[in-house]
Amino acid sequence: MALDLRVRKRLHYFDMDLDLSCADGRMLVLIGPSGGGKTTLVRMLAGLSAPDEGRITFHGETWFDSDRGINVTPQKRRVGYVFQEFTLFPHLNLYENAAFAAVDKKEADQLLTLFGIGHLRRRKPHLVSGGERQRCALCQALARRPRMLLLDEPFSALDVGARRGLREELKSLKKVLDFPILYVTHDIGEALFLADEILPIVDGRIDREWIQRTIAREPATGNPARAAREPRLALAY
Amino acid sequence: MDFLSLWVTLKLAIVTTIILLIIAAPLAYALAYLRFPGKSLFEALIYLPIALPPTVMGFYLIIAMGPHGFIGRAWGALTGGSLLFTFLGIAAASVLYSIPFAVQPMKAAFQKIDPRLLENASVLGLSRSAAFIRVVLPNSASGIVAAAILVFLHSIGAFGVLIMVGGSVPGVTKVASIAVYEAVEAMDYRTAGLMSLCFIPISYAFLLLVNRLNGDSKYGS
Repeated sequence: MALDLRVRKRLHYFDMDLDLSCADGRMLVLIGPSGGGKTTLVRMLAGLSAPDEGRITFHGETWFDSDRGINVTPQKRRVGYVFQEFTLFPHLNLYENAAFAAVDKKEADQLLTLFGIGHLRRRKPHLVSGGERQRCALCQALARRPRMLLLDEPFSALDVGARRGLREELKSLKKVLDFPILYVTHDIGEALFLADEILPIVDGRIDREWIQRTIAREPATGNPARAAREPRLALAY
Repeated sequence: MDFLSLWVTLKLAIVTTIILLIIAAPLAYALAYLRFPGKSLFEALIYLPIALPPTVMGFYLIIAMGPHGFIGRAWGALTGGSLLFTFLGIAAASVLYSIPFAVQPMKAAFQKIDPRLLENASVLGLSRSAAFIRVVLPNSASGIVAAAILVFLHSIGAFGVLIMVGGSVPGVTKVASIAVYEAVEAMDYRTAGLMSLCFIPISYAFLLLVNRLNGDSKYGS
Protein backbone atom coordinates (compact mmCIF):
# COMPACT_ATOMS: atom_id res chain seq x y z
CA MET A 1 0.00 0.00 0.00
CA ALA A 2 1.09 3.60 -0.57
CA LEU A 3 0.16 4.62 2.95
CA ASP A 4 0.42 2.41 6.00
CA LEU A 5 -0.09 3.51 9.52
CA ARG A 6 -0.47 2.10 12.96
CA VAL A 7 -0.82 4.77 15.61
CA ARG A 8 -1.79 5.15 19.23
CA LYS A 9 -2.46 8.38 21.04
CA ARG A 10 -3.97 9.17 24.40
CA LEU A 11 -6.68 11.74 23.82
CA HIS A 12 -8.88 13.59 26.27
CA TYR A 13 -11.85 11.18 26.31
CA PHE A 14 -10.42 7.99 24.82
CA ASP A 15 -7.28 6.29 23.57
CA MET A 16 -6.86 6.32 19.82
CA ASP A 17 -5.68 3.03 18.33
CA LEU A 18 -5.80 2.87 14.55
CA ASP A 19 -4.33 0.66 11.87
CA LEU A 20 -5.08 1.49 8.24
CA SER A 21 -3.72 1.58 4.70
CA CYS A 22 -4.59 3.35 1.48
CA ALA A 23 -3.46 2.66 -2.08
CA ASP A 24 -2.56 5.17 -4.79
CA GLY A 25 -5.53 6.56 -6.69
CA ARG A 26 -7.99 5.47 -3.99
CA MET A 27 -10.19 7.63 -1.85
CA LEU A 28 -10.52 6.47 1.71
CA VAL A 29 -13.36 8.20 3.50
CA LEU A 30 -13.04 8.45 7.26
CA ILE A 31 -16.49 8.75 8.72
CA GLY A 32 -17.91 8.83 12.20
CA PRO A 33 -19.37 11.08 14.83
CA SER A 34 -17.72 14.39 15.66
CA GLY A 35 -14.92 14.15 18.17
CA GLY A 36 -14.10 10.58 17.22
CA GLY A 37 -10.50 11.24 16.22
CA LYS A 38 -10.79 11.70 12.44
CA THR A 39 -9.25 15.16 12.35
CA THR A 40 -6.55 14.08 14.82
CA LEU A 41 -5.61 11.27 12.46
CA VAL A 42 -5.44 13.59 9.45
CA ARG A 43 -3.30 16.04 11.42
CA MET A 44 -0.94 13.19 12.29
CA LEU A 45 -0.62 12.36 8.61
CA ALA A 46 0.13 15.99 7.78
CA GLY A 47 2.74 16.14 10.54
CA LEU A 48 0.84 18.77 12.53
CA SER A 49 0.39 16.42 15.46
CA ALA A 50 2.40 13.40 16.59
CA PRO A 51 1.09 10.04 17.81
CA ASP A 52 2.27 8.82 21.21
CA GLU A 53 3.49 5.65 19.57
CA GLY A 54 3.29 3.86 16.26
CA ARG A 55 4.57 4.12 12.73
CA ILE A 56 3.51 5.95 9.58
CA THR A 57 5.09 5.03 6.27
CA PHE A 58 4.44 6.37 2.81
CA HIS A 59 5.78 4.44 -0.18
CA GLY A 60 8.36 2.86 2.12
CA GLU A 61 9.48 6.23 3.46
CA THR A 62 9.10 6.52 7.24
CA TRP A 63 7.27 9.67 8.27
CA PHE A 64 6.86 8.72 11.89
CA ASP A 65 8.36 5.98 14.01
CA SER A 66 8.19 6.28 17.77
CA ASP A 67 10.73 3.47 18.28
CA ARG A 68 13.35 5.14 16.06
CA GLY A 69 12.47 8.70 17.10
CA ILE A 70 11.54 9.72 13.55
CA ASN A 71 9.00 12.48 12.94
CA VAL A 72 9.27 14.08 9.51
CA THR A 73 8.16 17.73 9.50
CA PRO A 74 5.01 18.83 7.63
CA GLN A 75 7.23 20.77 5.20
CA LYS A 76 8.97 17.59 4.06
CA ARG A 77 5.92 15.31 3.78
CA ARG A 78 4.52 17.21 0.78
CA VAL A 79 0.87 16.46 1.37
CA GLY A 80 -2.04 18.57 0.21
CA TYR A 81 -4.34 19.50 3.07
CA VAL A 82 -7.69 21.23 2.74
CA PHE A 83 -8.90 22.26 6.17
CA GLN A 84 -12.49 22.34 7.36
CA GLU A 85 -12.25 26.05 8.06
CA PHE A 86 -11.21 28.61 5.52
CA THR A 87 -7.43 28.87 5.63
CA LEU A 88 -6.67 30.91 2.54
CA PHE A 89 -4.21 33.71 3.22
CA PRO A 90 -6.37 36.85 3.52
CA HIS A 91 -3.73 39.26 2.19
CA LEU A 92 -3.42 37.40 -1.11
CA ASN A 93 -5.86 37.14 -4.00
CA LEU A 94 -7.14 33.77 -5.22
CA TYR A 95 -4.40 33.37 -7.81
CA GLU A 96 -1.66 34.23 -5.32
CA ASN A 97 -3.19 31.78 -2.87
CA ALA A 98 -3.38 29.00 -5.43
CA ALA A 99 0.18 29.71 -6.57
CA PHE A 100 1.48 30.10 -2.99
CA ALA A 101 3.41 26.84 -3.03
CA ALA A 102 2.93 25.89 -6.66
CA VAL A 103 5.66 23.96 -8.42
CA ASP A 104 4.66 25.69 -11.66
CA LYS A 105 2.70 28.95 -11.39
CA LYS A 106 0.92 28.24 -14.68
CA GLU A 107 -0.59 25.14 -13.12
CA ALA A 108 -2.18 27.27 -10.42
CA ASP A 109 -3.86 29.32 -13.12
CA GLN A 110 -5.02 26.19 -14.94
CA LEU A 111 -6.43 24.73 -11.72
CA LEU A 112 -8.38 27.92 -10.99
CA THR A 113 -9.90 27.66 -14.46
CA LEU A 114 -10.59 23.95 -14.02
CA PHE A 115 -12.48 24.64 -10.80
CA GLY A 116 -14.46 27.44 -12.44
CA ILE A 117 -12.98 30.34 -10.49
CA GLY A 118 -10.47 31.60 -13.06
CA HIS A 119 -12.49 34.79 -13.49
CA LEU A 120 -12.10 35.52 -9.74
CA ARG A 121 -8.33 35.19 -9.71
CA ARG A 122 -7.75 38.82 -8.70
CA ARG A 123 -10.31 38.78 -5.86
CA LYS A 124 -9.33 38.52 -2.21
CA PRO A 125 -10.79 35.53 -0.29
CA HIS A 126 -13.24 37.64 1.72
CA LEU A 127 -14.82 38.85 -1.52
CA VAL A 128 -15.83 35.40 -2.79
CA SER A 129 -18.27 32.79 -1.52
CA GLY A 130 -17.38 29.92 0.82
CA GLY A 131 -17.60 27.43 -2.05
CA GLU A 132 -15.24 29.51 -4.18
CA ARG A 133 -12.82 29.76 -1.27
CA GLN A 134 -12.76 25.99 -0.80
CA ARG A 135 -12.28 25.51 -4.54
CA CYS A 136 -9.28 27.80 -4.27
CA ALA A 137 -8.03 25.84 -1.24
CA LEU A 138 -8.17 22.69 -3.36
CA CYS A 139 -6.22 24.47 -6.12
CA GLN A 140 -3.65 25.59 -3.53
CA ALA A 141 -3.23 22.03 -2.25
CA LEU A 142 -3.04 20.49 -5.72
CA ALA A 143 -0.69 23.10 -7.20
CA ARG A 144 1.98 21.88 -4.80
CA ARG A 145 1.83 18.52 -6.61
CA PRO A 146 1.17 16.64 -3.38
CA ARG A 147 1.98 12.99 -2.80
CA MET A 148 -1.24 12.54 -0.84
CA LEU A 149 -4.38 14.64 -0.44
CA LEU A 150 -6.03 15.16 2.95
CA LEU A 151 -9.50 16.67 2.93
CA ASP A 152 -10.87 17.38 6.38
CA GLU A 153 -14.59 18.07 6.00
CA PRO A 154 -13.72 20.61 3.33
CA PHE A 155 -17.31 21.33 2.37
CA SER A 156 -19.00 21.20 5.76
CA ALA A 157 -19.28 24.97 6.09
CA LEU A 158 -20.97 25.33 2.70
CA ASP A 159 -24.63 25.42 1.74
CA VAL A 160 -26.23 22.33 0.19
CA GLY A 161 -25.97 23.56 -3.41
CA ALA A 162 -22.29 24.43 -3.16
CA ARG A 163 -21.53 21.12 -1.43
CA ARG A 164 -23.25 19.13 -4.14
CA GLY A 165 -21.35 20.95 -6.90
CA LEU A 166 -18.01 20.51 -5.20
CA ARG A 167 -18.61 16.84 -4.46
CA GLU A 168 -19.24 16.21 -8.13
CA GLU A 169 -16.15 18.15 -9.15
CA LEU A 170 -14.08 16.23 -6.64
CA LYS A 171 -15.43 12.91 -7.88
CA SER A 172 -14.45 13.79 -11.46
CA LEU A 173 -11.05 15.03 -10.33
CA LYS A 174 -10.40 11.86 -8.35
CA LYS A 175 -10.30 9.85 -11.58
CA VAL A 176 -7.11 11.63 -12.70
CA LEU A 177 -5.31 11.75 -9.36
CA ASP A 178 -2.85 8.94 -8.84
CA PHE A 179 -2.15 9.37 -5.14
CA PRO A 180 -4.09 8.39 -2.00
CA ILE A 181 -6.88 10.71 -0.90
CA LEU A 182 -8.20 10.70 2.64
CA TYR A 183 -11.52 12.43 3.04
CA VAL A 184 -13.05 13.17 6.43
CA THR A 185 -16.78 13.60 6.78
CA HIS A 186 -19.64 12.79 9.12
CA ASP A 187 -22.10 12.74 6.23
CA ILE A 188 -22.93 9.18 5.13
CA GLY A 189 -24.39 10.38 1.81
CA GLU A 190 -21.17 12.20 0.98
CA ALA A 191 -19.14 9.15 1.94
CA LEU A 192 -21.21 6.80 -0.23
CA PHE A 193 -20.98 9.19 -3.17
CA LEU A 194 -17.23 9.73 -3.05
CA ALA A 195 -15.53 6.78 -1.42
CA ASP A 196 -13.63 3.84 -2.78
CA GLU A 197 -13.55 2.63 0.78
CA ILE A 198 -15.33 3.87 3.89
CA LEU A 199 -13.73 3.56 7.28
CA PRO A 200 -15.91 4.46 10.26
CA ILE A 201 -13.93 5.80 13.22
CA VAL A 202 -15.63 5.96 16.59
CA ASP A 203 -13.82 6.98 19.76
CA GLY A 204 -10.44 6.54 18.13
CA ARG A 205 -11.02 3.03 16.79
CA ILE A 206 -12.31 1.50 13.58
CA ASP A 207 -15.94 0.50 14.06
CA ARG A 208 -17.21 -1.11 10.86
CA GLU A 209 -20.75 -1.54 12.19
CA TRP A 210 -21.20 2.17 12.92
CA ILE A 211 -22.90 2.97 9.59
CA GLN A 212 -25.43 0.13 9.86
CA ARG A 213 -26.16 1.03 13.46
CA THR A 214 -26.65 4.68 12.57
CA ILE A 215 -28.94 3.94 9.64
CA ALA A 216 -30.95 1.36 11.54
CA ARG A 217 -31.48 3.70 14.45
CA GLU A 218 -32.60 6.71 12.46
CA PRO A 219 -33.71 5.94 8.91
CA ALA A 220 -33.68 9.17 6.98
CA THR A 221 -35.74 8.08 3.99
CA GLY A 222 -39.40 8.86 4.23
CA ASN A 223 -38.85 11.87 6.42
CA PRO A 224 -37.19 14.62 4.38
CA ALA A 225 -37.60 17.21 7.14
CA ARG A 226 -35.65 15.05 9.53
CA ALA A 227 -33.05 14.33 6.85
CA ALA A 228 -32.58 18.06 6.37
CA ARG A 229 -31.96 18.50 10.07
CA GLU A 230 -29.61 15.53 10.16
CA PRO A 231 -27.37 15.92 7.13
CA ARG A 232 -25.38 12.81 8.04
CA LEU A 233 -28.47 10.77 7.23
CA ALA A 234 -29.17 12.37 3.86
CA LEU A 235 -28.85 9.09 1.98
CA ALA A 236 -31.24 10.15 -0.74
CA TYR A 237 -28.34 11.91 -2.52
CA MET B 1 13.04 78.62 18.22
CA ASP B 2 15.78 75.95 18.35
CA PHE B 3 15.46 74.26 14.96
CA LEU B 4 18.69 72.33 15.46
CA SER B 5 17.27 70.46 18.46
CA LEU B 6 14.07 69.78 16.52
CA TRP B 7 16.19 68.25 13.76
CA VAL B 8 18.11 66.08 16.26
CA THR B 9 14.77 64.96 17.75
CA LEU B 10 13.41 64.02 14.34
CA LYS B 11 16.62 62.20 13.39
CA LEU B 12 16.62 60.31 16.68
CA ALA B 13 12.96 59.31 16.35
CA ILE B 14 13.48 58.05 12.79
CA VAL B 15 16.64 56.08 13.66
CA THR B 16 15.00 54.58 16.77
CA THR B 17 11.89 53.60 14.83
CA ILE B 18 13.84 51.91 12.03
CA ILE B 19 16.12 50.00 14.41
CA LEU B 20 13.25 48.90 16.61
CA LEU B 21 11.12 47.71 13.72
CA ILE B 22 13.96 45.39 12.76
CA ILE B 23 14.82 44.24 16.29
CA ALA B 24 11.33 44.04 17.77
CA ALA B 25 9.68 41.93 15.05
CA PRO B 26 11.59 38.69 15.81
CA LEU B 27 11.36 39.37 19.56
CA ALA B 28 7.60 39.82 19.33
CA TYR B 29 7.35 36.67 17.20
CA ALA B 30 9.28 34.67 19.79
CA LEU B 31 7.06 35.97 22.58
CA ALA B 32 3.89 35.33 20.58
CA TYR B 33 4.61 31.84 19.28
CA LEU B 34 7.62 30.15 20.85
CA ARG B 35 7.92 28.33 24.13
CA PHE B 36 11.28 28.50 25.83
CA PRO B 37 12.53 28.36 29.40
CA GLY B 38 12.51 31.70 31.19
CA LYS B 39 10.08 33.23 28.69
CA SER B 40 8.13 35.19 31.30
CA LEU B 41 11.37 36.51 32.83
CA PHE B 42 12.57 37.57 29.39
CA GLU B 43 9.27 39.25 28.60
CA ALA B 44 9.29 41.15 31.90
CA LEU B 45 12.84 42.30 31.14
CA ILE B 46 11.72 43.67 27.77
CA TYR B 47 8.85 45.58 29.38
CA LEU B 48 11.04 46.86 32.26
CA PRO B 49 11.66 50.32 30.68
CA ILE B 50 7.95 51.09 31.10
CA ALA B 51 8.19 50.54 34.86
CA LEU B 52 11.58 52.13 35.51
CA PRO B 53 12.02 55.87 36.05
CA PRO B 54 13.88 57.14 32.95
CA THR B 55 16.65 58.61 35.08
CA VAL B 56 17.23 55.23 36.74
CA MET B 57 17.50 53.62 33.34
CA GLY B 58 19.77 56.45 32.24
CA PHE B 59 21.97 55.88 35.26
CA TYR B 60 22.49 52.21 34.47
CA LEU B 61 23.16 53.08 30.84
CA ILE B 62 25.84 55.58 31.94
CA ILE B 63 27.43 52.80 33.96
CA ALA B 64 27.23 50.31 31.07
CA MET B 65 28.34 52.76 28.38
CA GLY B 66 31.00 54.46 30.49
CA PRO B 67 34.72 53.70 30.06
CA HIS B 68 34.52 50.94 32.69
CA GLY B 69 31.18 49.49 31.62
CA PHE B 70 30.97 46.36 29.45
CA ILE B 71 29.39 48.20 26.50
CA GLY B 72 31.71 51.20 26.83
CA ARG B 73 34.83 49.02 26.99
CA ALA B 74 33.79 46.95 23.99
CA TRP B 75 32.89 50.08 22.01
CA GLY B 76 36.17 51.74 23.01
CA ALA B 77 38.18 48.70 21.93
CA LEU B 78 36.35 48.64 18.63
CA THR B 79 36.32 52.32 17.71
CA GLY B 80 38.58 54.07 20.20
CA GLY B 81 35.73 56.42 21.10
CA SER B 82 32.99 56.74 23.69
CA LEU B 83 29.24 56.29 23.40
CA LEU B 84 28.39 58.81 26.10
CA PHE B 85 27.47 62.29 24.86
CA THR B 86 27.22 61.09 21.26
CA PHE B 87 24.24 60.71 18.94
CA LEU B 88 24.91 56.97 18.73
CA GLY B 89 24.76 56.78 22.52
CA ILE B 90 21.39 58.49 22.76
CA ALA B 91 20.12 56.39 19.84
CA ALA B 92 21.06 53.20 21.74
CA ALA B 93 19.42 54.57 24.89
CA SER B 94 16.31 55.54 22.95
CA VAL B 95 16.07 52.07 21.41
CA LEU B 96 16.26 50.38 24.82
CA TYR B 97 13.87 52.90 26.33
CA SER B 98 11.24 52.42 23.60
CA ILE B 99 11.53 48.68 23.08
CA PRO B 100 8.32 47.79 24.96
CA PHE B 101 6.34 50.16 22.74
CA ALA B 102 7.48 48.24 19.68
CA VAL B 103 7.25 44.70 21.03
CA GLN B 104 3.86 44.89 22.70
CA PRO B 105 1.70 45.98 19.70
CA MET B 106 3.59 43.65 17.37
CA LYS B 107 3.11 40.71 19.71
CA ALA B 108 -0.61 41.51 19.97
CA ALA B 109 -0.88 41.71 16.18
CA PHE B 110 0.97 38.42 15.68
CA GLN B 111 -1.24 36.68 18.24
CA LYS B 112 -4.35 37.77 16.35
CA ILE B 113 -3.33 35.70 13.34
CA ASP B 114 -5.32 32.50 13.04
CA PRO B 115 -2.90 29.67 13.94
CA ARG B 116 -4.48 27.55 11.20
CA LEU B 117 -2.96 29.92 8.63
CA LEU B 118 0.46 29.06 10.01
CA GLU B 119 -0.37 25.36 9.98
CA ASN B 120 -1.45 25.69 6.36
CA ALA B 121 1.80 27.49 5.58
CA SER B 122 3.86 24.69 7.15
CA VAL B 123 1.90 22.01 5.26
CA LEU B 124 2.56 24.02 2.10
CA GLY B 125 6.27 23.69 2.79
CA LEU B 126 7.16 27.02 4.39
CA SER B 127 9.77 27.08 7.11
CA ARG B 128 9.03 29.06 10.29
CA SER B 129 11.05 32.04 9.08
CA ALA B 130 9.48 31.96 5.61
CA ALA B 131 6.00 31.80 7.17
CA PHE B 132 6.94 34.80 9.31
CA ILE B 133 7.87 36.82 6.25
CA ARG B 134 5.15 35.60 3.89
CA VAL B 135 2.21 35.16 6.25
CA VAL B 136 2.75 36.77 9.66
CA LEU B 137 4.18 40.13 8.61
CA PRO B 138 1.70 40.94 5.83
CA ASN B 139 -1.23 40.06 8.09
CA SER B 140 0.08 42.19 10.96
CA ALA B 141 0.57 45.40 9.01
CA SER B 142 -1.69 47.50 11.24
CA GLY B 143 0.08 46.30 14.40
CA ILE B 144 3.48 47.02 12.89
CA VAL B 145 2.46 50.52 11.81
CA ALA B 146 0.97 51.13 15.27
CA ALA B 147 4.26 50.00 16.83
CA ALA B 148 6.23 52.32 14.55
CA ILE B 149 4.03 55.30 15.44
CA LEU B 150 4.18 54.61 19.18
CA VAL B 151 7.96 54.26 19.08
CA PHE B 152 8.28 57.44 17.03
CA LEU B 153 6.13 59.41 19.50
CA HIS B 154 7.84 57.91 22.51
CA SER B 155 11.25 58.84 21.08
CA ILE B 156 10.13 62.38 20.38
CA GLY B 157 9.03 62.77 23.99
CA ALA B 158 12.06 61.12 25.65
CA PHE B 159 13.89 63.31 28.13
CA GLY B 160 15.30 61.75 31.31
CA VAL B 161 17.16 58.87 29.75
CA LEU B 162 18.60 61.07 27.00
CA ILE B 163 19.88 63.85 29.24
CA MET B 164 21.57 61.24 31.42
CA VAL B 165 23.32 59.49 28.54
CA GLY B 166 23.83 62.35 26.11
CA GLY B 167 23.75 65.53 28.11
CA SER B 168 22.92 68.57 26.00
CA VAL B 169 25.39 68.91 23.15
CA PRO B 170 23.82 71.26 20.55
CA GLY B 171 23.33 69.57 17.20
CA VAL B 172 24.41 66.21 18.61
CA THR B 173 22.43 65.15 21.68
CA LYS B 174 20.31 68.17 22.50
CA VAL B 175 16.79 67.12 21.57
CA ALA B 176 13.69 69.33 21.61
CA SER B 177 12.48 68.16 25.04
CA ILE B 178 15.85 69.17 26.52
CA ALA B 179 15.72 72.49 24.64
CA VAL B 180 12.27 73.20 26.16
CA TYR B 181 13.60 72.38 29.62
CA GLU B 182 16.63 74.65 29.15
CA ALA B 183 14.48 77.47 27.76
CA VAL B 184 12.24 77.31 30.82
CA GLU B 185 15.29 77.26 33.09
CA ALA B 186 16.52 80.39 31.30
CA MET B 187 13.05 81.97 31.73
CA ASP B 188 12.71 82.11 27.94
CA TYR B 189 9.01 81.16 27.93
CA ARG B 190 8.43 82.30 24.36
CA THR B 191 10.90 79.76 22.91
CA ALA B 192 9.67 77.07 25.33
CA GLY B 193 6.06 77.79 24.31
CA LEU B 194 6.77 77.72 20.58
CA MET B 195 8.72 74.47 20.79
CA SER B 196 6.12 72.86 23.03
CA LEU B 197 3.44 73.86 20.55
CA CYS B 198 5.22 71.83 17.85
CA PHE B 199 4.69 68.63 19.84
CA ILE B 200 0.95 68.82 20.36
CA PRO B 201 -0.41 68.60 16.78
CA ILE B 202 2.19 66.00 15.77
CA SER B 203 1.55 63.78 18.79
CA TYR B 204 -2.21 64.16 18.54
CA ALA B 205 -2.32 63.36 14.82
CA PHE B 206 -0.18 60.27 15.25
CA LEU B 207 -2.25 59.01 18.18
CA LEU B 208 -5.41 59.45 16.12
CA LEU B 209 -3.76 57.35 13.44
CA VAL B 210 -2.93 54.60 15.97
CA ASN B 211 -6.54 54.57 17.17
CA ARG B 212 -7.72 54.39 13.59
CA LEU B 213 -5.42 51.46 12.87
CA ASN B 214 -6.56 49.61 15.99
CA GLY B 215 -10.17 50.19 15.02
CA ASP B 216 -9.56 48.98 11.47
CA SER B 217 -7.84 45.81 12.61
CA LYS B 218 -10.69 45.10 15.05
CA TYR B 219 -13.33 45.27 12.35
CA GLY B 220 -11.13 43.62 9.75
CA SER B 221 -10.57 40.45 11.77
